[in-house]
Amino acid sequence: MTEKEYDNIPGTIVFDADKSREGYHLNQFCISLRLQKNRDAFNKNEEAYLDAYPMSKEQREAVLKREWNLLLELGGNIYYTSKLAANDGINFQNLAGRMTGMGVDSYREMMLKGGRSIEGNRDKSEWGED
Amino acid sequence: MAKIMAGVGCSHVPAIGVAMDTGITHEEYWKPVFQGFKKSREWMKKQNPDVIFLIYNDHCTAFDARCIPTFALGCGAEFQPADEGWGPRPVPAVKNHQKMASHIAQSLVLNEFDITIMNEMEVDHGLTVPLSVMFGDIKQNDEWPSLVIPLCVNVVQYPAPTGNRCYNLGKAIRRAIESYEEDLNVIIFGTGGMSHQLQYKRAGLINSDWDKRFLDLMTEDPVGASQITHLEYLRETGSEGIEMVMWLIMRGALNENVTEIHRHYHVPASNTAVGHIILENNA
Repeated sequence: MTEKEYDNIPGTIVFDADKSREGYHLNQFCISLRLQKNRDAFNKNEEAYLDAYPMSKEQREAVLKREWNLLLELGGNIYYTSKLAANDGINFQNLAGRMTGMGVDSYREMMLKGGRSIEGNRDKSEWGED
Repeated sequence: MAKIMAGVGCSHVPAIGVAMDTGITHEEYWKPVFQGFKKSREWMKKQNPDVIFLIYNDHCTAFDARCIPTFALGCGAEFQPADEGWGPRPVPAVKNHQKMASHIAQSLVLNEFDITIMNEMEVDHGLTVPLSVMFGDIKQNDEWPSLVIPLCVNVVQYPAPTGNRCYNLGKAIRRAIESYEEDLNVIIFGTGGMSHQLQYKRAGLINSDWDKRFLDLMTEDPVGASQITHLEYLRETGSEGIEMVMWLIMRGALNENVTEIHRHYHVPASNTAVGHIILENNA
């Protein structure tokens, strides 16, 4: 795949046209949970509800297992996946606690202290990644 | 004629709306956030705008992935607060100045800004939170003190419109508003930001130095601010910091020379740096 100018930003997935195409059915599933009647149907039988959305097997598994980072890697966008999180009673901050692997308390503590610094977080090389 | 008196830049963090709706704004965590809007609420009362032109983004609420307009102008009579997955906010429906909105839609297209026209649209926290912080608590069965014309911008799917495009759109919006014949006092809001990243492993990124420079540029060098690249927003302000292009639409609709009336900056509100500025057009 052609390298994109934003590929070297660490810990970040830019939701561009390629991601949007890949994640279309996944994201449409997530946004359906905006409505209570759909949340009720999903919570009653997740597998059956997911049958209506022709997503990949990998995406479907990631939904069922609530693998929040994998969902983003597979084309999910945070504003969509946050609807699935909200259904589970997880708000944005607690979701971030999970995605960063820090846990809810240490993440909240980091935010209270001014957030994650930009220093050391601009380029993948600073994370020891390519 | 209608006239733009001032511009407001303002974050629209959903948790700020939740804090107001659940009555916890006095808590230690929230106190400094709301302290910074005290002066703004007094200022709003004095301004008493007839119309607010409000630039915001939808967070995959009214628009799903089926349709992603870059610029969508609200032309319907009113807009209901949307259920974003945790129930609609208990705030009034937003009422439009419909005649003025259709005048703006027509003027923009003839000025080569080919916006999408929305006659039905629900609005999410991106629009209602800035109204709440600037007006204070407004009961659900009451009315917002001003009419609101919403302009919804895509900043969710990359690429958002460029800062330069946004700045020039602001200029076209001003021409549209100020060619409307009714005598109306208009304030323009640019919302979103400041630095924040909600997703993946770098979530929680905040860049206060960058944000403060951006606030300086809003007052002193809007043209400079309009040249900030998408790559810089993404890298320096987090994947969701790119919302700040919407402030440039507001800024483009003001004079080059403005007076900064008020500024507020606080970290954190949930995952986000809260930024706010009030700029008045110099006479």
